[in-house]
This record gives sequence, C-alpha cells and structure tokens, in this order.
Amino acid sequence: MPTAPLLEIRDLSIHFHTENGVVEAVKNISLKLEKGETLAVVGESGSGKSVTGLALTRLLPEPPARYVSGEILLEGRDVLKMSARELRGIRGNKIAYIFQEPSTSLNPVFTIRNQIAEAIKLHRPEVNDIDTEIVKYLDMVGIVNPAQRMHDYPHQLSGGMQQRAMIAMALSMQPDLLIADEPTTALDVTIQAQIIDQLRELKKRLDMSIILITHNFGIIEGIADRVAVMFRGKIVEHGETRSVLSNPQHAYTKALIQCIPQLGAKRRRLATIDHAALEAAG
Amino acid sequence: MTRFFQYWLTQDAIVIGAFALVFFLLRAGAKNERWQRAWLRLKKDRTGMIAFAVILIYLGLGALELLQIPDPTRGSRSILDALTSGIPNERTYSAPLADELFGSVRGERLEGRHLLGTDVLGKDVLVQTLKACRTALIIGGLTTAIYIPFGTLMGILAGYFRRWVDDLIQYIYSTLASIPEILLLVAILLTLGKGLGTMSLALGVTGWVGLCRLIRGETMRQSERPYVTAARALGQTHWKIVTRHLLPNVMHLVLISAVLGFSNIVLAEAILSYLGVGAPVGTSSWGAMIDSGRTELSRDPFVWWNITAATVALFGLVLSLNLLGDSLRRAFDPKRG
Repeated sequence: MPTAPLLEIRDLSIHFHTENGVVEAVKNISLKLEKGETLAVVGESGSGKSVTGLALTRLLPEPPARYVSGEILLEGRDVLKMSARELRGIRGNKIAYIFQEPSTSLNPVFTIRNQIAEAIKLHRPEVNDIDTEIVKYLDMVGIVNPAQRMHDYPHQLSGGMQQRAMIAMALSMQPDLLIADEPTTALDVTIQAQIIDQLRELKKRLDMSIILITHNFGIIEGIADRVAVMFRGKIVEHGETRSVLSNPQHAYTKALIQCIPQLGAKRRRLATIDHAALEAAG
Repeated sequence: MTRFFQYWLTQDAIVIGAFALVFFLLRAGAKNERWQRAWLRLKKDRTGMIAFAVILIYLGLGALELLQIPDPTRGSRSILDALTSGIPNERTYSAPLADELFGSVRGERLEGRHLLGTDVLGKDVLVQTLKACRTALIIGGLTTAIYIPFGTLMGILAGYFRRWVDDLIQYIYSTLASIPEILLLVAILLTLGKGLGTMSLALGVTGWVGLCRLIRGETMRQSERPYVTAARALGQTHWKIVTRHLLPNVMHLVLISAVLGFSNIVLAEAILSYLGVGAPVGTSSWGAMIDSGRTELSRDPFVWWNITAATVALFGLVLSLNLLGDSLRRAFDPKRG
C-alpha cells in the first residue's frame, strides 16, 4: 500500500480581499512532495510563490487572505481544517521556515542562544542540555566557534551568519519539511553559494524535504530534484529540474532561464521578461 | 494596637505591596542575562548611578515617613515624625536661620532655629519638605503602577490583534480622551472621595490613553517585522508572542514614558491640590506647598523659602528620574557593544 506523500496541495486558491477589490494571488495550484525530496518553486515577485509557502501552515493574515478552495494535506491531514492548537503543533515541529531577511527575522533584543533555546524548548521539551544542542546545530551550519557566538545579538553577526543562525534554529526543531523562502536574496553572491551548498549538504545528512522558493533559476541546479514555475498565481511548468532547465516548455520558463547571466558568454544586453508578449501568448 | 494594624491595612499596605512587587520583579530580572548585562553597563554610567543614588535617598525618606511605629500618646506615628519630634513649632512664618518671627515688630524670639524657616502654621519647612516625599512617591508610584501595565497591555493587544480588539480599545480611549482631563479627574475624585489612593486611580484612568496610543503605534510597526512572523512560524502562542517578542521591543518606550510621566503626575497633584481635590488636609505635599507659595510671594518682604524648598525637592526627584531613565534606556540598548 502506498503511504500518503509528505505534502500534497490539491487545487489550492488563495484570494486577498483589499479595498481595491479581490486579488487572486494563487489560482488552483496542485503540488506533491515526497519525504526527502527537494522542490524548487521559481517565479518573479508577485507570482504567488511566497504566499503558497506561508499558506502551508496558515501563516497568512486572515483577513485579507482567504483560502477559497482546495486542500493542503500534510501526511494526509488537511492543514486548512486544523484548529489553532493543531496548527501550532505543526509549525516548527513538522514544517519550519527560513525567511528572506535574516536581519529582521531574528528578534533584535535577544541573543542567538536565547532564540534557538526558545525553539528547542517549544518543540523538544525532552532535551535537557539545551546549550550543547544549540552548539551542535550552530556548528552544523558552519558557524565557527559556536559556543561563543551563540551569546551574540543578531546585529553583531554578518548577514550570512544571521542566515546560518536562522537555519540552525529551523533545524534544531527537527522538522520534516524546511521551507526556505528566498533564503539567499538578501545576501551577496559568494555567501549565496555557501548557503545553498550548506542546505544541499544538510538535506543529505538529515534526510529532510525542502521547498526552496526563489526567483533565481541560477541557484536551484544541483539542489532541487523537481522545479515548479509559477507565473501570476498559476503553476505554468512542473518537472524534473534537469529537463526543465535543458528543455523548457513554457515561454515564461524560457524567458526566466534566459535571464540567468552566464559567465564568459558573449557580451550582450541582459535579458528581461516581456510581459505583454507573454500575456498575448496566454 | 488595633489602630496600628488598621492604619497598616487600609492605606499603606498597597504601597508596600507595590514596592514588594518591584523588588520581586528586580530579583526575577537579576537572573536574566539581559538584565545582568544592563546592570553591568549601568554601573559604569556615572550620571546614572548618581541619579540612582539620589532616587534611593528620596525612597529612603519616603520609607521613613511611610513606616509607622507605635506611639503611646497617638497610637502610631511615622519614624520621620519620631526623629524630628525635637524640632519646635513656631507661631507663624520665620525666615531661614532667623532669630525672630517673620515681620515681627516687637522682635519675638523663636523657639529654635530653622534651616529653611517655617510656614504659615509655624511648622518647620525642611521637615514638611521631607515628609512630602511620601506623598509624591505614593502618588507617582501608585499611579505608575496602575497605568503603565494597563496602558502597555492595551496598546500591545490593540496593535497586535487589530480588528475588533483594536476597535474596542480605541473606542474606550477615544471616549476618555474626549472628556477634558481636569473635569474627568475632578469628577472621579468627587465620586470616589479624596485620598491618595483614589487620586492615583483617577490619574491612572486618565493617564493610560497617551501611553496606549504610543504603544499601539509601535506595536503595529513591530508586528509588521518578519521576526513576528518567524515567531508564529515557530508555533508560538499569541500570548507568548505578545509577552516575549513584542513587549521587550516596546519596553524602551514604556520605560521612558514611565519616567517622564512620573513628573507629570507629581505636577498634576499640585494642580489638583489647587482645585481643592488634591491631597487630604494634613498631608504634606510639594504641590500644596507650591500652591500656598503663590500667595506668599505677594507679601512684602516675600516668603520665598516655602516655595523654593518644595520646588527644589520636586526638581531633584524629576531630574534624577529623567537621568536614570536615559541611562536605563542606554543600558538596555542591545546595539551598544
């Protein structure tokens, strides 16, 4: 008997009710994720990818957000039908997040140690020696001298270090699924590569599923097993990363891939996306 | 002995309870890493420590006047009364360190010398000024203890939950804010009766509105920040997010408001005394002393020592509180090394 996939999104639509009318942020999307698998959700800003990510544990503020249709099945149970208490049970414990801006995602008035300890106490009350555990995870994400650095406040760390601390915090809860929402966007290019390498290695080591939300096709190669391309709230293309990259079907995917600058390529103007043309093509 | 207990239970028990609470909070805070660091930093801040010492002196004087010891003739009297019982009363005004009664034609001799002179009833001004510490501290402390927690909590709830919670809280404070403050104060005092406790309650009821607005705005700004979403993504409860994540991030505003508010409260007490609904008759207060000084200044030669003593005492307390508030804010700022 086949077991239920870790996560299955069926026909999900999310609308935002604003003063200027209804915004259809996510339109009838369906996705599946097995345990240990990595899915990249790619699209430009406003395509609904972050909204989808936040919706997985119902983190969107309601109102204005409304879940119009569909279900989000986490191990066969519908997240959209859970009580507030059940939701708190899966947040962090089953699904953990890393956000785009590490500098503002950490609470400025607490030390790193304090914040990771909060996460561990909340979801793994059986852990006795919290400091050892914190050092273990900070070490795992490549923070040098973790026993000392954990007493730092967020502003004392560089952007890359902050993001590593966020990842350590997410991992310390031992989630089944890690949602990385633009984890490298606020970082410079060398740090981006380091963070992505780190994620790839951790995924292998901890046998964890990852949903990597990004606008950058350049970073997904080598980490994502499959990729879903979102455009205007819809999934326009979905498949194995390699085949999508080498043989894109949808015009938007082609345009996005063309936007990746190639080192050593012939000098030309950087590609942009012509929305009017895409609109006309449907 | 029964009167001794009655006195304790009715009025000052609340104040002692409030101070016990502050002490308890400080002790709980002493175990906190963040408070320990702040304390280490505060210790190096000379201005802050001087201000702190001055406030401790005021607190000590207040305590001397607050604590009652049994007295064979009058049931009980304060320690300060007992200590100053040797200072004689005069018939009326006398200038500081004068030998004769103020404005006396016949040159009546005084019973003793008074460093700051005596007031209209012939009481020593220095003793009155010191006794008034208790009134100021009770009014300031009780009012702060009432309106700071309430205003902060309401502000955070309104800013964090928004929607109907925000509407409800805004409705309440807009209603309060639409009534002229003095009228409301007088109305509450006349309904509940005069007394230090009711005055604190009245000042608290009118005082939380400004703080609540301030905290509500800051909370709205803070809850837009990703760390609040991150805390929710952690699976934290609303209550924990409010107390653990939002409260510390608006605490600096609370601290500054509390310290600045204290001086406003002591001044408000003076205004209420002027309107006849202030401190009960027989209670010494700086407000009442300044108020009576108003008429004394028009005498010739004018009586300056009464109003000066009260003003300097008030100024010293308010200045120290402001300086300490500044130092505390700096000490708690995580952005400093």
